[in-house]
Order: sequence, then C-alpha cells, then structure tokens
Amino acid sequence: MTELICPAGTPAALRTAVDAGADAVYCGFQDATNARNFPGLNFTADELARGVSYARSRGTKVLLTINTYPPAGKVDLWRSAADVGAHVGVDAFIVADMGLADYVARAHPDIRLHLSVQAAASSPEAIRYYCKHFGVKRVVLPRILTIPEIRQIRREIHCEIETFIFGNHGLMVEGRCSLTNYLTGQSTNMDGVCSPASDVEYVQDEDGSMCSRLGGFTLDCIGAGEKAGYPTICKGRYIGSHRPEGYYAFEEPVSLNLSHLLPELIEAGVDALKIEGRQRSKSYVRTVVSAFRSALDDIRHGQTPNIADLVALTEGQKETRGAFETKRWR
Amino acid sequence: MKHLNPDKAAIPRLPRAETITLMSCALVQPLLRRVVRQIATRHPNLFERLGSYRTIDYLIDPIDFPFALHLRPDPLEPLLRAVSRDVTPDAGATIRGRFLTLLRLLDSSEDGDAAFFSRDLEVSGDTEAIVRLRNALDDLDGSIAEEVANMFGPPGRAILGRLRQMYLRRHSAEKLAQA
Amino acid sequence: MTATLTLGPIPYHWPAQAKCDFYARIADEATVDEVYLGEVVCSKRAPFFEAHLPDVISRLEQAGKAVILSSLAEVTLKRERKATVELAELERPEVEINNVGGLYARAGRSHRIGPFMNAYNEATIGWMARQGASHICLPIELPAKAIAIAAKTARDLRLGVEVQVFGRASLAVSARCYHARAHGRSKDNCQFVCEEDPDGMPLQTLDHRPILRINGIQTLSESYIDLLAETGPLMKMGVSHLRLSPQAVDMVAVSHLYRHCMDGKISVTEAKRKLQALCAGVPLSNGFFHGEAGYRQIAMDAKR
Repeated sequence: MTELICPAGTPAALRTAVDAGADAVYCGFQDATNARNFPGLNFTADELARGVSYARSRGTKVLLTINTYPPAGKVDLWRSAADVGAHVGVDAFIVADMGLADYVARAHPDIRLHLSVQAAASSPEAIRYYCKHFGVKRVVLPRILTIPEIRQIRREIHCEIETFIFGNHGLMVEGRCSLTNYLTGQSTNMDGVCSPASDVEYVQDEDGSMCSRLGGFTLDCIGAGEKAGYPTICKGRYIGSHRPEGYYAFEEPVSLNLSHLLPELIEAGVDALKIEGRQRSKSYVRTVVSAFRSALDDIRHGQTPNIADLVALTEGQKETRGAFETKRWR
Repeated sequence: MKHLNPDKAAIPRLPRAETITLMSCALVQPLLRRVVRQIATRHPNLFERLGSYRTIDYLIDPIDFPFALHLRPDPLEPLLRAVSRDVTPDAGATIRGRFLTLLRLLDSSEDGDAAFFSRDLEVSGDTEAIVRLRNALDDLDGSIAEEVANMFGPPGRAILGRLRQMYLRRHSAEKLAQA
Repeated sequence: MTATLTLGPIPYHWPAQAKCDFYARIADEATVDEVYLGEVVCSKRAPFFEAHLPDVISRLEQAGKAVILSSLAEVTLKRERKATVELAELERPEVEINNVGGLYARAGRSHRIGPFMNAYNEATIGWMARQGASHICLPIELPAKAIAIAAKTARDLRLGVEVQVFGRASLAVSARCYHARAHGRSKDNCQFVCEEDPDGMPLQTLDHRPILRINGIQTLSESYIDLLAETGPLMKMGVSHLRLSPQAVDMVAVSHLYRHCMDGKISVTEAKRKLQALCAGVPLSNGFFHGEAGYRQIAMDAKR
C-alpha cells in the first residue's frame, strides 16, 4: 500500500497531519541537524516524545529528519539527535551524510534508515551504495527524474522508493547547493537554512510593487498585481547577456503538484509519496494532507481520484509537474 | 530599534476621522489588554518559539480597520493595543492585510505563505520576527480566533461565527471571480 | 610544511582545440604538480575532448605532472552511468570520483574523493578512507575551523587533503541546463550554446549587481575564490594539496603567483596585487574560508 508522508514543523502541525490521514509524518529538531532549521519551527526532545506517542496511538509513523551535513568538529550534535530519536522511539531516521549513516547503522541497527533527498542519489548505482553499506531501506528520490526513469530505477534496486508529490520545487541538486551561503554566510548543508529569514528583506513601494532581497542582493521585484514566491536565489529574476529585460534564470516561482500523476507514480512502483512543507502552517497541512489522503483512498478503491484544487497554496500560485512529466523540463 | 511611542500615539490632532479612530482605540484597549494577558498565561510555550524576539514591536495593520494594532509579545509584560495609523509608528516588523485575511490566519483557516504568495498579506521590517511569530502562533492547537471569542462567551462566539461567514463568502466570491 | 599545487578540471565548455592548447602550455610552463582532466559538469560535452585525452595525458606526464581523471558530478542518464562506471574501472591514471555511483562501481579500489562528494567531517572522511579513498578534496564552503579538523583527520589516516584556493566556486548543480534555458532551449536541444561563454554566462541582479555565472547545469560564483593570503594557514593545518580551478585568465601566471607566494618568494600583498591585475574586472573573494558570505573579501589582518 502506497504510504502518504506528511510534513510537521510544529507539534500542532504533527497532530493536524495525523488527524488528516498521514501514514507517516516527518519532523526534525530545533537546530542545524535538519534542512528546515527555520526560526520558531521544529521540535524539542520532549515535544518529539509527545508527538511520537500521539502518532503511534493513532497508527501513524514518525520519521526523524537528520539530513544535513555536519561540518568537522560538530558531528556529536548530529549523533545525539539520532540517539534522542532512538530513545523516544521514532520509526526511521532520514539521513544524508555518510559518516552519520555509518553511525546510526551501527548504533541503532533496529531503526529503519531512509536516505534523504539531500543525498541526491539519482542512479541505481548510487542507491545501491547506500543500501549495501548502511542497510538503507528507502530512498527519497531527487525531484529531477521522469516517471519512466523512476520505473527503471525501481527495476534495478531492492529498497523502497519515496518521491515528492507536492510543495516547494527545489531546482538545484539537493545537498549540493551553496547558493545561500554565498550571499549570507549561512549554509544549507551545514546550518540547515535556505534563504534564512534573518537575511531576507522585503521592500514595499508606494506603487504597490515589492522587491525581495537576500543578504542585500535583490532577488526579484514584482508589480502590484503579480503573485509572489519564496525569496530564494533559484527563484530569483536576473539580467543575462541575452536577457536584458530580466528573466527567471533558474525557475519561476512555482510549486510541484503531481496530483494528476498519482496513478502513474503508483504503477511505476513508488512506495511512498511525500508532501513538502514543514515550514508551512497547520492550515496547509490539513488541506494538502486531506486532499491527497482522499485521492489515495479513491485509487485504492479503484475509483478515479477526485483531486481538490490546491493551486492557492502554491508558490507564485502556479503549479508544475516538473521533470516527472517530460524531460523537456530539463 | 525604534519603539512605538505610546505618548505620541495619543496626541490628539483633530480632523474627524481621527477622532473616530481615537474613540475606537479607547474603547477596545481594555479588551485587547485582557486578550493578550490571557493568551500569554495559557500558552507559555508560545514564547519559547519567539526566542529573542519577545521584546520586538510588531505593527499589525488591518488596512480596512479604523486603527492598527501594536503587539509586544513580552511574557513579563505582554502588550496589545490599538494605535492610530496617522502617527505611522516605526515598528520592528509590520504585517499588513485586510481584516478578514488576518482573521483567517488567526483562525487557522488560511496559510500565511499562501496569503503572501497571493499578495493579500504584506510584510516588512524584520523578516525573522514575522516568521517566528507566525510559527509560534501556528503551534497553538485549534484557533486563536476561537480562543479569543470564547473569552467573551456566547456574544464572542456569535461574532466570530458571523465573521467566518463573511470571510467564507468573500473567499468563494473571489474564487468565482478568478475562475 | 609546503603543499602540492594542483590544477582542477576545466569547468567550462571550451573548444577541444583550446583545451589542447591550454594543456600544452600547462605542461610546459605551469608550476602545478598534478592536473585533473575530464568533464565534470555535462555529459553531452564529453565526446568533444575524449579523442584528445590520451595525447594530453602523455604530454602532461612527460612534463612531470601527475594526471588524475575526474568523474561527472551529476549522474542520471544511461550514458552518464556508463561513463561513470567505465571511468571507475580504469587501472591508470588515478581517478577522482564526484558521484556516489562512481564509488559503488569502484568497489573499494583506491581513488580520490572529489569536491562534489560532501566530505564535510571527520566521520565521513574516516568512512571514505575505509572504503579505499586515498585523497579527499573538501567542499568549497567549508570554513577554516572545520578544514583544520578535517585536514588533521585526513593526515592521520595518511590521506591527501585538498582545498580549492583559486577560481569560481561551484555553488550548485542541477538536472536542468540554464544555458539552454537562457536561450529558450531545453537540455536535449542545447546546441552547445555554453561554448559561447568561456568564463561562464554572467547574471546580474535587476539593479545591475553582478551575482552569479551560469555554466550549463552548474551555477558558479561571480567572484573568483582567492586564498593566496590563506595558503600559509592552510598548509599549517596540514592541507596537502591546493587546487587552482581553470578560468578564462592566464592560468600559467596564476600558478606562478601561487607557487611563489607559497614558497615565500614574493609577499602575499605583492602576489594579491598581481593576481587582481591578472583577473581584471572579476572580484576576488574568500568569505567561505572565514565563515562569512562566500562573495565577501575578508582582509586577513582584520581577522587577527
């Protein structure tokens, strides 16, 4: 049965996701050990313990995200995150760093290991490496593969496959992006931040236009009526030698929504479908999780899924099927 | 960091609209004081998520309202009061939008990022302060709007019920207009 | 303690003849001891230079340079998987692996770990050493404090340890080709438009501030990393190899400046002044090393 994996940025969001029909929720601690180390977000050890017991009593799993890369000298913080997770009884660790994977495989052999999208394992050989050496049970695939490519990977590997189906659509290979660090001095890989709020500035103009800046660099300026996106470098607008008017050099503000490809994904052999958005509100979690829960239930009962309209929740209020539908996206 | 000056906000300059503003401010002050103190007492965890942002001044500006709100989420001395827009106080962080949009956010029925994407919500000043406040409030179970309404018993709940009908109606009307 | 100066793989799509000429000059004139060859960024570019590789390798080896072949950073398509496996199966020359798929194919035989492999810490470096790594190139964004610990770990394990000290920083790679996108094309139909930009395609912010360079699927920093002033501290930390990444400037002259500066033949101030003149119009930066925003230039004395 295909699992629905849902984000939880706060204990209240965790309960919301569980109540809305998540098969598993994923969450992280209030520090650099996970890739959504955002201000005011995430869990203390006590909150995680209570979250696990809430989820477990309702048959939902809790996956602990420890998916950043510890810089030399700070490895202990990542290891203790895993130790705390094991102590409170999480169902799996989601990791990317090889040194950490080696540690958890040895220290907590009874807890499932999932390979984070931050490891960017996009070929059968890469996935096999992690399975062989660390006993990885599931790989979260990068959002760059077409469905035929996913099907091909499925044929060549033995571990479970998880893919993103909704939410923020990162453009760069995960775990290989230092764009934020280049402008802010805070690292996505080592600090778990992407365009940290502390370095983001919105400048509103009298005429209703708005500019977003990161570390003092202008990322985009949008007119009064235009929809906005996240203030990330990969969704910024730039002037290029051939594009003097300014253009979205990497991607427009847009979110991934594969709701119409669910049957194909399941048929390709995907074991778990992941919703992005630990930084989002309970309202988002409730709406998106419920929509996909009911769609998956429809599919399970052999019915055509009736997919709720989720465009209002998407970045730039625009949706894409990204690489999943066609390789022309590349 | 500049702070809102309570004395400055109270200086009466007298065109008529301002008089109305001042009167409505005066009327709601005691209610706001009660709301913020009760929320602070009931949800001590809220302040953990604010981190060092407990003494920052937030300006919450419902643009279609006669006054704006000044919030300082200091656990020792929580402050929420109505302020006149004409004195344009200089806050650490400003959140601006129509009243019903802000209410939907407080009622946990709209997502803050989505309201930002659609440009229904405008933020300026210290972005981290805004993100922290949003995440802290979002970690409360249920809806703050409902909790506030409950403080005022059946009349409070009735008012919230009416407001919810209004925002739902407006929301579906807008969706229709877009489609 | 001194260090080996290396020349990293060419990140850009230079015409094959330009690459041959470049390496001929490197062989004859550059003060580098080791040269990394091979296409790291885009598998579509690889065939253009492949035929010349044997000649270039022997030319460099005859000049006394050690040659290492670097593998692709992004491996998804069949031809990319095949190229990675074939490279991993080579007996000679040495190989530098930039994708975990290559590690799997190498199956424990000796290899170097490339800068795309995220060897951020002592645990990971220890793991990689146990799996046959002989040499580690650290990630570009690692700050000094972490470099010192990583370098000590590597030295204790008798690994070579390398840091890029010159050239644009690789800030991101993607499945999508941004050169093609800028020209309204897709990756499959790119017509190798990246060849037009031998030093990357510049991007400016909407208020005309230079910020990034596009190189096919790769995004590079606008600034050249320059750790001339930091070569002393790096060598003290035990970093054994310092990497110059080829840019469209006189790389022979760059190699001389670094070698002379490392050997104490010219002062850091003098070397920096000359380097800035060589790289006219391109900002130099060392922010990552100092734990600051990567684009920043931090004065070494200011940090003391």
